[in-house]
Amino acid sequence: MSETEHIWIARDYSKCSGCRRCEIVCSLSHEGKIWPEASRVRVFMLVPGIEIPHLCVQCDDYPCVDACPVEALSVSKETEAVIVDKEKCTACGICVEACPGKIPYIHPTENYAVICDLCGGKPKCVEACAEGGWYALETIKREDTRTFRLYAKTPEEITRNVIVKLYGEEWKEAL
Amino acid sequence: MRGYAGKFLEVDLSTGNIKEIRFSDEILRQYIGGRGLAVKILWDRLGGKWEEIDPLESENILLMLTGPLTGYAPGARLCVSGKSPQSNGVIGSTLATELAIDLRCAGYDGIIFTGESEKPVYLFIKDSDVEIKDASHIWGKDCKETLKILVKEGREELESRYRRPGLWKDPSAVYIGPAGENKSRLAIVAAKWAHAAGYGGYGAVMGSKKLKAVVAKGTGPLPDVEDLERTMKIVDEMLKINFKRTVFRRWGTGYAGYDVGANLSSEPVRNWQEEWHDEKSFGVDQFERMWVKPYWGDFGCPTTCLKVAVIKSGPLKGAITDNPDYENQAYLGPNLGIFTPEENVYLTALIDDLGLCGIQTGNVLGFAGELYQRGILTKEDLDGLELKWGDVEAFASLTRMIAERRGIGNILAEGTYRAALKISELKGVDVLKYAVVAKGIGIGAHGIRSEEDYPGYESYPCSVQGGDHTSIARLPLDHGNSELRTILYDSGVFCWFNFFDEKAQDLLWDLLEAVTGWKITPEDWFGTTARRIIHIQRALLLLGGPDAKWTPKTDDDVPPRWYEPLGQGPYKGKAVDPEKIKEARSEYYEAIGWDENGIPKSEELRRLGLEDVDKRMEELRKNT
Repeated sequence: MSETEHIWIARDYSKCSGCRRCEIVCSLSHEGKIWPEASRVRVFMLVPGIEIPHLCVQCDDYPCVDACPVEALSVSKETEAVIVDKEKCTACGICVEACPGKIPYIHPTENYAVICDLCGGKPKCVEACAEGGWYALETIKREDTRTFRLYAKTPEEITRNVIVKLYGEEWKEAL
Repeated sequence: MRGYAGKFLEVDLSTGNIKEIRFSDEILRQYIGGRGLAVKILWDRLGGKWEEIDPLESENILLMLTGPLTGYAPGARLCVSGKSPQSNGVIGSTLATELAIDLRCAGYDGIIFTGESEKPVYLFIKDSDVEIKDASHIWGKDCKETLKILVKEGREELESRYRRPGLWKDPSAVYIGPAGENKSRLAIVAAKWAHAAGYGGYGAVMGSKKLKAVVAKGTGPLPDVEDLERTMKIVDEMLKINFKRTVFRRWGTGYAGYDVGANLSSEPVRNWQEEWHDEKSFGVDQFERMWVKPYWGDFGCPTTCLKVAVIKSGPLKGAITDNPDYENQAYLGPNLGIFTPEENVYLTALIDDLGLCGIQTGNVLGFAGELYQRGILTKEDLDGLELKWGDVEAFASLTRMIAERRGIGNILAEGTYRAALKISELKGVDVLKYAVVAKGIGIGAHGIRSEEDYPGYESYPCSVQGGDHTSIARLPLDHGNSELRTILYDSGVFCWFNFFDEKAQDLLWDLLEAVTGWKITPEDWFGTTARRIIHIQRALLLLGGPDAKWTPKTDDDVPPRWYEPLGQGPYKGKAVDPEKIKEARSEYYEAIGWDENGIPKSEELRRLGLEDVDKRMEELRKNT
């Protein structure tokens, strides 16, 4: 696959319906079950109506990969997604600390970190979101817009931004 | 047992005892879950002394149940039930909430609450760790503040007790507001904002048990199904059908606030004195100016019919709620003479925040409005309020009085039926004729006088859930809107709104088999399974008590108002013909297996193995 086909998943939180179809298809694809708490994309709802699909954005400098003490994380050459080596990972959580958005988490029953692998280049969550006409998640070519660390934010930070946009300035301190 | 977590929590709020219980395969196969299982549990545990059980006393049982299709069928819901403080029967009252998912992922199909707590509490569930926690600091808080505290505390609890790298996602919650705490029979069990189990009045039951909320995080997968590949294939077809829908996706039911009045002439206007209006100011296009989210929905829903509305400027600034949906539009709009979208959103946000049901509260507000119009209720009776049609601040003030049980609000908090009896007594005039209710339940905002809307003559009189417009009696028994079909949705437990389409309805039998492994044909369902459930529900409704009892001959009827002719619009002059009600009622009794007095027949009950129900019905038959 050529460099031009690398993607990342952009997100428009104001369009997220909160239907959690992304969690359903992701966990079905990765876990073979409907399992929201083991989905690579997790929808946070710290305030109703402000639904935040939270998933890896593939930072250009991959702080999580750099931080991993056991080299369990690597960058896929094909997709540029972060790949977790389940055998090597010790679930120490250093990648979570290194992530500006605290996006990785430990699998609820297994001993490894859970990080979006972009489904090998065709993310199921994006397909599900488009199928329903919501378009909260959308694939973007990395050559067009690199993400840097801009979208790697915690659900709290994102909620604060989105809530002002949707509900107004007076909701700034709502959390 | 496929499709089920297999365990239920039983929480005794009097003693604090928590245990896990199971139901046999046979019981689950016969009663499925949700509403069906609620009816079975209530019959088994309380059926023998039903007439004596006060719904707001500790003996009542509060149920929060999922079903085997919850999380699989598009649009997950939770079914809340118990003895209803509105009808004294049983209502399967469902609401969309991820609590249904968290419960199942924690390993439970539902919760059975018995007894009552001395002090305010909430139940906290993290997988198999279940704890009753103090809620004194949340008691008295309105809905938005309550949820904010619950989510914050829930996440803190997860983070401190279950330390693991990574952020904990918010736990889900259902809860009550001030109206529930004050045991108003109009009180909802709430989720998120603007999500409510309204019919039944189970917010008051939670309040009577001093149960402020249930908060849960389940970290496992949904329960395994018989055939996952087949399940997801069927679900995919159901999704595709719903993705193709236009109106419900684009506008939700909020397109109807204008449409049902102007086109169908079946919308409550000024306490149903009319059912027609042509107020274009109330068009959905005028609501859209407040929308900040075009689609809002819940776990697994393809339709996402909700829309988040916010008032960002003007005197009503700050109100946030769902669009509103048609019921709230109608009942907190035209039914109060209000035709300004912002005022409707403001009132809807207010009832949400107080934990009141928009339908039941709008019904009783309209009733009070008419009594004021007729001079039966005066300014003095209303603590100085001039309750003029269209005065949003006056109706808002009265709403607060209802939630707080202040002044006349204390009477209105009992709901239209009971308030009508009380006011008739106080004023010495019959005001029951202005109450638009069925079996103690304010009727949903779909009238029948014009004969243009979806309910028919049998719908409200014969429903085992009274005025509930989401559970109407319909002939033939396998009609697309039949109550027997609703029982499948409410027992499944999932959202009716994704099953308006006939093809989607047909797929449900396949889905039920793919999930549970049980082959239940439409013949089985309409002839046996759903019949068993509806007969027990009917039996409990007829047993009723202690404060109200229903006599089919007089109570299986539409409200007196609907026998009056419509005064305006294209259907001017149309009224319900009493003969048509009688005919429809007789046909329905006959079809479903009830005798000429509306009591389930002995041979029908025995055919279904309900000998114990038959025995209780024998007492009623003798007295009729």
